[in-house]
Amino acid sequence: MASPLVSIDDLTVQFRTDRGWANAVEGVSFDIAEGECVGVVGESGSGKSVTALSILRLHARGAARYSTGAISYAGRDLLQASERDLRRIRGRDIAMVFQDPMSSLNPVLTICDQISESLRLHQGMSRAAARKKAIELLDLVRIPDAARRVDEYPHRLSGGMRQRVMIAIAIACRPRLLIADEPTTALDVTIQAQILELLRDLRAELGMAVMLISHDLGVIAEFARRVIVMYAGRIVEDAPVDVLFQSPRHPYTEGLMASMPALDGGAARLYAIPGRIPDPDETIDGCRFGPRCAHSEPICRTAPPRLIAIADGHRLRCTPRTRAADLT
Amino acid sequence: MTDIAAGSISGSLAPRRRFVLLRRLAGHRSFQVGLILVALLTLAAIFAPVITGVDPSSMKVRFRFKPPSEAFPFGTDNFGRDIFTRVLYGARVSLWIGLAVAAMSGLFGAVIGILAAQFRRLDAILMRVMDALMSFPAILLALGVTAALGPRMESVIIALTVAYVPAGVRIVRASALVVRELDYVEAARIAGASNIRIMVRHILPNSISPLIVHVTFVFAYAILAEAALSFLGVGVQPPTPSWGNIIAEGRDYATEAWWVMLFPGLGISLAALGLNLLGDGLRDILDPRLKGRG
Amino acid sequence: MADDALVEVRDLDMAFNVGKARARRTTLQVLRKLSFDVGRGETLGLVGESGSGKSTAGRILVGLFEPTGGSVKLFGRTITGPERKANLAAVRSRVQFVFQDPHAALNPRMRVGDSIAEPIDIAGAHTRRDRSHRVKELLEMVGLPRDAAERFPHEFSGGQRQRIVIARALALEPGFIVCDEPVSALDVSMQAQVVNLLMDLQTKFGIGYLFIAHDLAVVRAVAQRVAVIYAGSIVEIASKDALYEQPQHPYTQALLDAVPRPDPARVRGPVIGGEVPSLLAPPPGCRFHTRCPHAMPRCQVEEPRLRETAPGRQTACHLYETL
Repeated sequence: MASPLVSIDDLTVQFRTDRGWANAVEGVSFDIAEGECVGVVGESGSGKSVTALSILRLHARGAARYSTGAISYAGRDLLQASERDLRRIRGRDIAMVFQDPMSSLNPVLTICDQISESLRLHQGMSRAAARKKAIELLDLVRIPDAARRVDEYPHRLSGGMRQRVMIAIAIACRPRLLIADEPTTALDVTIQAQILELLRDLRAELGMAVMLISHDLGVIAEFARRVIVMYAGRIVEDAPVDVLFQSPRHPYTEGLMASMPALDGGAARLYAIPGRIPDPDETIDGCRFGPRCAHSEPICRTAPPRLIAIADGHRLRCTPRTRAADLT
Repeated sequence: MTDIAAGSISGSLAPRRRFVLLRRLAGHRSFQVGLILVALLTLAAIFAPVITGVDPSSMKVRFRFKPPSEAFPFGTDNFGRDIFTRVLYGARVSLWIGLAVAAMSGLFGAVIGILAAQFRRLDAILMRVMDALMSFPAILLALGVTAALGPRMESVIIALTVAYVPAGVRIVRASALVVRELDYVEAARIAGASNIRIMVRHILPNSISPLIVHVTFVFAYAILAEAALSFLGVGVQPPTPSWGNIIAEGRDYATEAWWVMLFPGLGISLAALGLNLLGDGLRDILDPRLKGRG
Repeated sequence: MADDALVEVRDLDMAFNVGKARARRTTLQVLRKLSFDVGRGETLGLVGESGSGKSTAGRILVGLFEPTGGSVKLFGRTITGPERKANLAAVRSRVQFVFQDPHAALNPRMRVGDSIAEPIDIAGAHTRRDRSHRVKELLEMVGLPRDAAERFPHEFSGGQRQRIVIARALALEPGFIVCDEPVSALDVSMQAQVVNLLMDLQTKFGIGYLFIAHDLAVVRAVAQRVAVIYAGSIVEIASKDALYEQPQHPYTQALLDAVPRPDPARVRGPVIGGEVPSLLAPPPGCRFHTRCPHAMPRCQVEEPRLRETAPGRQTACHLYETL
């Protein structure tokens, strides 16, 4: 555990709105270690996908800008790297799987063409070698009858199969970090279980780090070793998975867990966090969760809370509670 | 009653955002330039009598083929008529034709397009008629219609409307076919809404944006097409000036009196440019698929 | 019992023709022999994966599709067969629908108040003053401020839009609402708010719900009885606790196993393989046999019928016939 694989430091990403630039992500800092399995959980507007896309600098120029921060990978700041360097890193060192397997594949190219693309680009493989490798990869992602399927077009495949193809493309060059942005959200539960199992096995087999982004605490609990909870563009809590689920410290994390309907019996009435998620360009003084928080104190409305380590590997952004942790 | 609201769970509403569309339009550079160009030309056309005070048809043979000067800013033609005056009055005719064609083809496009999308049997017939109209080049079609109706301004308008309706119909039909499958249309159907209500309240307002963009382009095409028809001698007939027939009349003396053709040509170009910029701006703002670009 | 039923569905069949060219036209059997009841003030959960036909079933119940076979009775009136038109018109105001996607369910060019009042306008029931009064009352019922009526849908968040959709559904005081995945497009913290609202409204007005969802946990929170649907047929129907605690059908078991739990310590059982079969070429016999861990030779040829395995509980599986 020497230096981390990817280190994000004080990242702030802004988006252009009708009323100027709004912070979609503000002051986000965290590391991903080699082979680590990090889950990022949050609702819409939490900034979880924005953070992920920033690692590969995939935001449209002109619509988004990185106003502060650095993302270092292999001794280089990805936010300052040239387009050429980035292209070399994308797909080879850091790969990505998206939510929608329907629109992520090009409908006029065969599966083989699409898997071969990055192999030939990054590894200079011949057509025949890339095809052979493509079949191996389809086997690896457990697509039955890979030798035949490799020549099919995406519309012939089901949603689950397409997501497997997307994963095959992502791992083709054996990336050191795989970013999976809601990879199972568009899929049925039984297929979701299959894909999560596949990702888990591949991670162990290939030894890559995985950053899994999801709105579903269940998916995060099953997959991640460490969980980052985001709300309204900020990290509110960061903890090892068992710590987070057994004793969440941030009121938002608590609320999120309480509002999940339980499959195994439980209360008749769901707990509902009051209020609504703020827009990125809304000004809220102090803590951005304050207006919805059941434990809000006067100080929460004046000073924005800082993300503070309260235990080894456990960070929290909540003024009353970090202070309490300090005192004990 | 209020106890059902379950305490305060609704919370506040997001801050009110009014006139989002207008504000976006106001911030769009090419839309602004287009709007200013079109507005200037329109004002010039409306106030032509105030601006010049000269009769566009008054001939002063003494002043034949005078190049642009202080007395005749755009020069004179072979009858000694003031080109500046004629271009201003020509703007009235050309812009009116453009506007009329845009409005009529838009209106027919919307009505026929919505009907075609809503009634599948009617659709087959209507669209075959539109296909037939579209299979002729627009200018040829217009040439035929004006030939049949006689070369008048009204026939130019009718001819160009016929030529441009099919494209409008296709545009409206395409977006109406998407809208009619949306949940809010289903919701209305579940509530027992009639076809008319569904078409007027739900489908039309939500499939009209691409047509609005389209008719600004039709406006520009119609001005160009009028010029072409007049040039071919089947458009607006002299002595009434239109940009097209001023050019047509000037072509015989193009080498000696270039200004006769230049200034109405400039009028056409500026009008077409302005309308295209306007249309591009509208498209950027009304078409959500292009959001975030440019 | 029959007196109490808002909805009685018997042997419902639904097939769509697919393919444009006449020669290549085939039928897609989306629903097969669906039978269930929904009682007054009751919530029946209808759970299935995509392509199971659950949404189609919901749309048939509000009269959007005419089924190809079987019968549907709403409030004692048959809305299938020769009397369809008249009976549908008679019950229309008492049956409503809540959509999955709150962004698509509201006309973006209509003010929220007009959207909510649309069922009232169509029924022609209220005067102008009553109408605006009723709109405000409905907004309050769903927990939105009264001035929301003057705004447009884009000014609201997903959860708030779903409240507006619910307000519209309540406009004519319905007795039965089909909720088609009403919370699956919402954020977790908004889901709970909307679920609680639906349940409060049920308690207050005695509305019956058909609650269609793929999320088993949400269904457990709202439903009294649950029907599980797979590839167009109901495979199991039981009271909530029986179904979640002792699922009988192997598909129900697999589905429950597959749901990720917010418990990192949980050890997951084996994951079920395979995918939902194509309805164009469904497997013979039991449609689940291609994925079933308990499949027997008999399952490949003979389709199991839904039969009572315990009081108030039905399962379509050969495993339970010998018992």
